[in-house]
Order: sequence, then structure tokens, then C-alpha cells
Amino acid sequence: MDLAKHWRLRAARYRLEGHRHRTTSEVRFPCEPTPSTVAEEWEPYTLSGVGTIYSFSVVRQPPAGYEEQAPYILALVRLAEGPMITAQLTDCDPPDVAIDMPVEMITRRLRDLGPDGLIVYGYKFRPRLVDA
Amino acid sequence: MQQVYIVGTGQTPVAEHWERTAVSLAAEAMAVALGPVAPERVGALYVANALGSALQVQAQLGPAVAAAAGMRGVEAYTIEAGGASGGVALRQAYLAVAGGACDLVVVVGVEKVTDVLDGRLEASLALAADVDWEVAQGATLTAQWAMLMRRYIHDYSCEAIDFAPFPVNAHANGAANPAALYRFPVSVDKVRASAPIADPLVMLDCATAADGAAAVVLAGERLARELPGPHIRIAGSAVATDTLALHSRPDPLWLEAAARSAAAALRAAGLAPADVDVLELTDMHGITATLALEASGFAERGTAVQLAREGELRPSGSIPLATGGGCKARGDTVGANGIYQVLDLVRQLRGEGGKAQVPGARTAFAQCLGGVGTTVATHVLVAEQL
Repeated sequence: MDLAKHWRLRAARYRLEGHRHRTTSEVRFPCEPTPSTVAEEWEPYTLSGVGTIYSFSVVRQPPAGYEEQAPYILALVRLAEGPMITAQLTDCDPPDVAIDMPVEMITRRLRDLGPDGLIVYGYKFRPRLVDA
Repeated sequence: MQQVYIVGTGQTPVAEHWERTAVSLAAEAMAVALGPVAPERVGALYVANALGSALQVQAQLGPAVAAAAGMRGVEAYTIEAGGASGGVALRQAYLAVAGGACDLVVVVGVEKVTDVLDGRLEASLALAADVDWEVAQGATLTAQWAMLMRRYIHDYSCEAIDFAPFPVNAHANGAANPAALYRFPVSVDKVRASAPIADPLVMLDCATAADGAAAVVLAGERLARELPGPHIRIAGSAVATDTLALHSRPDPLWLEAAARSAAAALRAAGLAPADVDVLELTDMHGITATLALEASGFAERGTAVQLAREGELRPSGSIPLATGGGCKARGDTVGANGIYQVLDLVRQLRGEGGKAQVPGARTAFAQCLGGVGTTVATHVLVAEQL
């Protein structure tokens, strides 16, 4: 069920909340749990959700639990604030995708854990609709 | 520190062993490796296994294998580091002998993957990636290598078919290895025509997971002298790690852990990449071998595919790779790969490589990757007369 885990990750998964360093302005995502002394130097920071494609693939042999989504596009997205993340692309087909293409975050269903489990929501990315 | 020698090897064929358990495969490989050496003489047993907890849903494989191999009571445990499990276990065994804690130890790598359907196997292999930030998005290791391949093609202006020499070479060599899963050659055209798996990777760019076990017996110098030669010395041994998530690295095309462990192992052996006569890598896909060759110092960045195209991977080339078929043709035994690699290299150093023999091979390099280079173990082997 992993209820606590999905709850714990909600800020990052739902609104792309990471950390920004109070003095250097470095942004990190996802944020790792840090000792309190270090945590004082980082503040919660919601990323803009825009980025570009570093690379992508089309998953045709999915892991268990993702069968109904296959084939799906998996990408490495370089976010505007610097960090790179792994995410599915949606609202597009493989021929539409290219390295360096602008994309934006959208909240979608990641997984359905069945009748006794959660429906896990989180970020996916789609071709950017409006120029940032 | 005392010198450490490989004094025995054994393996099962890599295959779909429907009728066998992981424990029985491991015990068979160990019996061959030990030969006339009594199991009671073994000081410790290191069992390399990546997927047993996920696929067999059984922990404590170490004691289970020890009991089945006739060494009940011995110090034994499982070592898990994804696809690097074999190399990491070998490193632990090497340290035990080098440090003088044991004079004779056994390392066995074993994997049993064919009991489950593909979806569950893919999910289990993906445990080597970051479960919260990669796998939750549907990432697989294959898709991650595919993304690196596409970026490499973009950055270095090559084509997907430029990676074909890797499976072509692996299959040409594997055809001569009786223990290999696939014993037939493939052509560049056949690679080109195979079905997509994770674009731009096609079927013949991808290794097939299969069952198998391989074992080595290590001994200290004094004991090794009593045994008949030629002797294979572990001249360098190193493990390095990188971030669990591929996206956390400053340059995803640079396998930093491969670079670190290769440099440390070669330094310990007093060798440079150019001194290595024959090598084994995690050549799950051409891109995997490409990035490992470049990080380990066998090729400049962006040039490994060119070396492959020029035939340098063949037994007659300057970087002979996968002489037993590699992960592609020998078969991907995941946690056991690192030990199968060593067996293929020991055959080379003993001049028993058959059609894939590298003439006069005296030094060998074995490197295995866990995940997308998250854990990397590298060993340098040298043939010696004692």
C-alpha cells in the first residue's frame, strides 16, 4: 500500500516542490531529507514546471503495473531551474518528440494500485503550449 | 596483504533451467570449481545474487547454498549490488584473502530469472534504479540505456546501426562457447531488421536474461603455490558508486563509477588501459559497452563506436571484448555476470579460448555495472607462473 510513502512525496509529485538554497539560489529536486542544520540553509521552492527534453525512449516492455500504459514515452527532462528529472511524456506521439523540445509539467495518473490500493498521481510532461 | 589467486572455476550453462533451483545451480558450479578440494577447507562463501529476494521471495541465500554445497556452518552471505553483485562479491572475497582472514574462499554468482513473466522480471531489474523518482514513472533499465543511446547519437552525430558491431562481435564469439545461451552469429542487417524494444534499442541490441551460476575459488599465495599452474592473480580490485538516479548526474553520458573503479583497479595492477590484452564489460547493449569503454580509458569520448566499426572488439583487435559472448550472447545472468566474466577471462589467460582466443593474452580486465553504472566493480587479472 505504501500509504505513508506516497503521502510523504506529495509536495514534489503534485506541484514539483523542491528546495532552493537561501544564499546561492541553487535549486534541487527532488529534495533529500537533510539534517536540521543543513535544512536551515534550504527553503521549499516550487519549480516552474517548464523544461526541455534531454533524451527520450519509447517503453514497449513495461514493468508489472504499467502494462496498460505501454507503449509510453519516457524522457529525461532538463528543468528550467537546472535539475534533471525522469518523467513520462503525454499528449504527444513519439514522432512529435525531439531532443531540446520545450515541455511543461502536467499532473496525471501515474499508477493504479488496484481495488485495495491507491491511485497514484504525479507529474508528467507534455509539449509546451505557450512560450515561457 | 598477501597476493590472491584464482585456483578453481566452475559454471553451469546459461540457459532456461526450468527444472532447477538457484541453490542447485550454485552448488553445481561450486562443485566443479572446488574439484578435489574438500568443502571443509573453505573459509568463507560469498553468494552474489541480485534478484532472489524479488523473484524467489527468499532471503538468506548464503546459508542455503552453503548447506547444499556441503559446507553447512561456514561463514556465508548474499551480496546484492544489482548487475554488479558478482564483482562486488569477488571484491569481498579478495579482501578476505588479501587481508589474511582466510586462505581459501569461494565466490558463486547465481541468478534464476525464468520463473516469472516478463513484467515482473522488468520490475525486479528496475529495483536497481531509483524506485521513487525513476521507476514510479515507468522507467526500466533498458529504457534508461535507450535514452543514453539517443543522446549519444545526438551528441556525437552517429546512427543507431553504428552500435551493431557490439552484438555482432558478441554473437560471433558466443557461438564458440558451449555455456552460452545463444550460439549463432548475427549480421548487421539482422540487427537492423529486428523489432524495437525501447527506441532506439532494437531486439538484437539487448541482452536476454537467463538462469545460471558461476563460481571461483580464491587462495592466498602460499596455498596457490601447492596447486598446479598456470596461476591467475587478481592484480587489481576496486568498487565505486554513483547516484542511484541517472538524472542526478551532471553528465549522464559519463559513467563516473566506471571511471573511478577502472582507474583504481588498473593503478593497483600497475597497468594502463593499453596494457590490457582482453576484456569483459557489462555489454547489455552496445551503448552500455560504449560508455564503459570510454569511462574506463579504452576509448576517447565519442570514439568507441568508431573503434567497434573498425573491428577492434574482435579477438584480433586492440580491445578484444566479450570473447565468451558477453552479456549479449552468453546471456544476462544479472548478479552472476561478474563471475561469468571472470571465467571467460581465465579461459583466455590459460590459452583455452578456442576460436575466440586472443593470441598471447596475459592481462585481463573485468568490469560489471549495477543499474545504469550506480555500482561498478572492476578487476584486473594477470597470468603468472609461480
